[in-house]
Amino acid sequence: MALKKVKGNFERMFDKNLTDLVRGIRNNKDNEAKYIAQCMEEIKVELRQDNIGVKANAVAKLTYLQMLGYDISWAIFNIIEVMSSNKFTYKRIGYLAASQSFHADSELLMLTTNMIRKDLNAQNQYEAGLALSGLSCFISHDLARDLANDIMTLMSSTKPYLRMKAVLMMYKVFLRYPEALRPAFPKLKEKLEDPDPGVQSAAVNVVCELARKNPKNYLSLAPVFFKLMTTSTNNWMLIKIIKLFGALTPLEPRLGKKLIEPLTNLIHSTSAMSLLYECINTVIAVLISISSGMPGHAASVQLCVQKLRILIEDSDQNLKYLGLLAMSRILKSHPKSVQAHKDLVLSCLDDKDESIRLRALGLLYGMVSKKNLMEIVKKLMVHMERAEGTLYRDELLMRIIEICSQNNYQHVVDFEWYVTVLVELTEMETSAKHGCTLAAQLTEVGARVADVRAFAARECGALCAWAAAALPTPPGPASREVLYAAAYVLAEYCQEESVVRECISSLLSCAGVGGAQMRARAVCVHSALKLCARLLLTYERRRDLDAALAIIRETLSGIRPLLCSEDMEVQERAHNAFALLVIVLHRLNPDDPALQVDGFVMPVSVTSLSNQTATLVEHEQSNGLEKEESEELTNGEETSQGFSGGLIEELASLFEGELKPVAPKAQKKVPMPSDLNLDKWLSRDRWSSESSSSEGEGEEGAVFTVQQEDARPLSQFTPEELHMLKEARRQEQANNPHYLKDDSPRSYQQDDIPIAELALEVPLQVHSKRSDKYLKETTKKTKKEKRHTKKRKNKPEKYSTESESEEEGEELCSRPAVEAGGELPEGAAPSDDEPPPHDDPHRALDLDLDLPLREEELLTSRIHQYPSPESGLLGKKKESKKNKTSAKISTEKVSNKKKEKKTKRNKDIDLMLSEVDKNDVVENLLIDNIEKSKSDEHTKQNVTNDKNDEYVKNKTEKHRKSKKELKKDRESKKNKLSKKDKHETKRGYEEALGISTPSKEVI
Amino acid sequence: MIKAILVFNNHGKPRLSKFYQYFNEDMQQQIIKETFQLVSKRDDNVCNFLEGGSLIGGSDYKLIYRHYATLYFVFCVDSSESELGILDLIQVFVETLDKCFENVCELDLIFHADAAHQVLDELVMGGMVLQTNMADILCRLQEQNKMQKTEAGISAAPARAVSAVKSMNLPQQLRDMKLPDLPQAIKDLKF
Repeated sequence: MALKKVKGNFERMFDKNLTDLVRGIRNNKDNEAKYIAQCMEEIKVELRQDNIGVKANAVAKLTYLQMLGYDISWAIFNIIEVMSSNKFTYKRIGYLAASQSFHADSELLMLTTNMIRKDLNAQNQYEAGLALSGLSCFISHDLARDLANDIMTLMSSTKPYLRMKAVLMMYKVFLRYPEALRPAFPKLKEKLEDPDPGVQSAAVNVVCELARKNPKNYLSLAPVFFKLMTTSTNNWMLIKIIKLFGALTPLEPRLGKKLIEPLTNLIHSTSAMSLLYECINTVIAVLISISSGMPGHAASVQLCVQKLRILIEDSDQNLKYLGLLAMSRILKSHPKSVQAHKDLVLSCLDDKDESIRLRALGLLYGMVSKKNLMEIVKKLMVHMERAEGTLYRDELLMRIIEICSQNNYQHVVDFEWYVTVLVELTEMETSAKHGCTLAAQLTEVGARVADVRAFAARECGALCAWAAAALPTPPGPASREVLYAAAYVLAEYCQEESVVRECISSLLSCAGVGGAQMRARAVCVHSALKLCARLLLTYERRRDLDAALAIIRETLSGIRPLLCSEDMEVQERAHNAFALLVIVLHRLNPDDPALQVDGFVMPVSVTSLSNQTATLVEHEQSNGLEKEESEELTNGEETSQGFSGGLIEELASLFEGELKPVAPKAQKKVPMPSDLNLDKWLSRDRWSSESSSSEGEGEEGAVFTVQQEDARPLSQFTPEELHMLKEARRQEQANNPHYLKDDSPRSYQQDDIPIAELALEVPLQVHSKRSDKYLKETTKKTKKEKRHTKKRKNKPEKYSTESESEEEGEELCSRPAVEAGGELPEGAAPSDDEPPPHDDPHRALDLDLDLPLREEELLTSRIHQYPSPESGLLGKKKESKKNKTSAKISTEKVSNKKKEKKTKRNKDIDLMLSEVDKNDVVENLLIDNIEKSKSDEHTKQNVTNDKNDEYVKNKTEKHRKSKKELKKDRESKKNKLSKKDKHETKRGYEEALGISTPSKEVI
Repeated sequence: MIKAILVFNNHGKPRLSKFYQYFNEDMQQQIIKETFQLVSKRDDNVCNFLEGGSLIGGSDYKLIYRHYATLYFVFCVDSSESELGILDLIQVFVETLDKCFENVCELDLIFHADAAHQVLDELVMGGMVLQTNMADILCRLQEQNKMQKTEAGISAAPARAVSAVKSMNLPQQLRDMKLPDLPQAIKDLKF
């Protein structure tokens, strides 16, 4: 034996150890990957050897390689081997590797249960500590369930080191196995007053983490924490406690009032900046939660703001940052106090540190008012010009838009100014994403503010003209997107003849360039047609035939090159427009040279049909264009309707009507038609994946006839099935791009409003800060300028209340009407009912901790599928102490125990069972299980059929939910119910796992 | 909660990484890379807090870092941690490393990442702060190392000797290692 050991050591000497590996990697910088691949092979060989030392060495090397990004999950079994070594040295290596590479979903994790249990109960505190540290990194639901009791036992260990680690560990257990929280909570509470400060601090830490997500359950601990806060001197713990209070106060205003005084004292007395800062934070939380009526309220706000000012003015950048961070919290509830420090915030915008600038930007949001908006935006735009990093630049742009558009443009008085700002921002050429944002703003302002439309159209016309002028240079990514909106706004709102006249040709030339990325091209063509139609109508009313002919000819010649555009959409639109205009031209002047020259497209078909205006109508319908009334048109009707015989009017009417903003949730609110049944099968072969996509083809009969002979009518689906189907459909819809997703938060309604895009060709030349003139104007002018104003309708009250007070004086200065909200289907009301996210593990931890523990909740150490005798028995002893229940159960237990022992006796204790052995164990357990479930069967005769089962389930649920008012009732019911409960739990486990463990039986 | 602790050098090479939430290896490398890019472009005299790591965390998370000579120590934490507290914690971590390695430098972390992990394990457990008192941490570490030494005992001596020889033979060693190691190696040889 000794010889073997020496030999093993001797061999080991010539293996590569970790240092050699690291050195090797450093020496092979050029072909590192190759060298590591070679090392991996060596490691694999080493792992196959019997000597645990060699294996440990290999695992240590693997851990290093893991850090470099190599997957080592294939070695999980070897790592477990090393973890199970008796030597602390190897254990350490093993646990380190495990904590770095295992995770809750790792395979084979169940193999570790008993080994970890053994380590947790080890004599040496460091072995147990090591196991706890490692386990904290990869604990899974099963491990948490099986080891919860052992860890709880460690919480009352005599060694503070272990108590401390066990307490922290419990948090991880709770996350994975929420059922452990209620039984473990009393002990956790005890630890808050542990004699060892480290343990105390750990307990505070855990409760803080728990309370952060579900604060209301921990209100009852407030007195304990209050005592700790006033007595402790450990800053770490104080910080945690104070943070915890910050989370609790919103739920209990009385607590806040009590806190103010000690916190204020701390603020004055402490020298630790971290503590001071947290105190301020919590005071802020308190101030937010309690009403302003409290005495000394204003003084507290003042104190906080003053202290924060000191922090912000400090030369330490960290304090500056934190000061601004805390300021932003005060801002929400006490904007006025913060506004007083506007100078400070603005000066932070010039800081060299990006984090600080971003924070200051965040604060600006709350600092703007009608008075200073222009000034602040101007400052931001200057920053934008100077900014180097794209991140900061982008952030600036988003902030500018955000502060301007907040609360339905609450602070914008002069929308002409705002449109100019948008145009200037476009000229700065940011990314396409921001182009979209700007485009959305442009469209939105156009749609919401009627007064500014003419101006916006003019600006947009200018944008298009610049883009056209810069050809053939294609526009930058941002202006490309903005052009999309510009073309739409221009065509929709432009009424000035001269502007329209100019813009048609620039739109058409914009449509010719840009390639595939330019979405705006098709919109440009369409907008040109729109403008042309509008212009023709004007001329017709004026009886100016020559001008009409001229504009048609001009437009036709502009469209002609687009007829063979490589972009399908552009081509299609161009052909439509062209055909329409040719018809009109033919009507106005059948011999027009433009018609002759053509020869290219329609003349044959169109001219032959052009007398039958009905064709036009059909044509439009097939294009899906909106049209108002066109049914009047009959053949050759050339009466009193101008020189085109009503044709031009007809054309113009196609584009009439105002598009209103649509509310973000309008789609959701469209009521479901009463005769629509989405759960009904459309086709018979419902399980084939084809059914949804192929419904149109070949099986019309099945789709459109009433399906009677459907194999399974709706009523035969069980609720679960229906639910499943619904879920499947939802899934499908989520993946289908043609469905509107219902949960995407949209700040701007850009998706809802049809936006026409225009291509802006070039980085438009900047005419230095046109928006500045508005600023100068406003400073000069004596707020007298009257714009005809419709009073804002249906402006939500919540905005008006807070803004009114500070702006009474400013209301004099009128502001154009801004249409708020958006169109909703009839009868629908706007609401904000967003369901909370589903994947938060803390949801399961939302438990009432004050209810007394029920028996079935008690934690028992659950024995693992591969029990080792010592640990299994150990667990059993504890159980038997805890569960002194009825005699019947205990007899059952005894019999179980016997069976247990029988099966275990011939099993190897070692964790490293060979495969065969393991299978044996499982088989045996299964047999065991069958026997047990048989014996179960006759103990719970009262719960035989399903109905009964459900009844019990309901009862159990009610029972769980029942609060204090049911307490008395429960006393009486308890006996009956708890019996049923027990059976219920048992059943649940058996169905879920298929393998029942003895401990569960015992419950 | 602390979500991750990363140590990398001025070139972005990882020297120690600990994730308290599972990410696969590729993701871990990407996170290190992204964090390095965020942190490395910042001046030394700006604040130590950073928002905007897109891969790790989200709006609730912050990167808190310190830069020592050639190494960056980055902690990714959520809002339940005190920012200044974590800065102190980094300081404690580095000071403890300094005590353990006697004048810690990047090379110590390169060759003894495992030892650095052991230090870290005494400081933070499962993403929660365990102990902040340096004397306590050192005491715990010493006791554990003592256990390891008694285990190794006499049987490990030959292996130690060989590794010492291996160390000596490499000329690289002379450049890499600090001189005081040499007498130690000779002592081992005599044995």
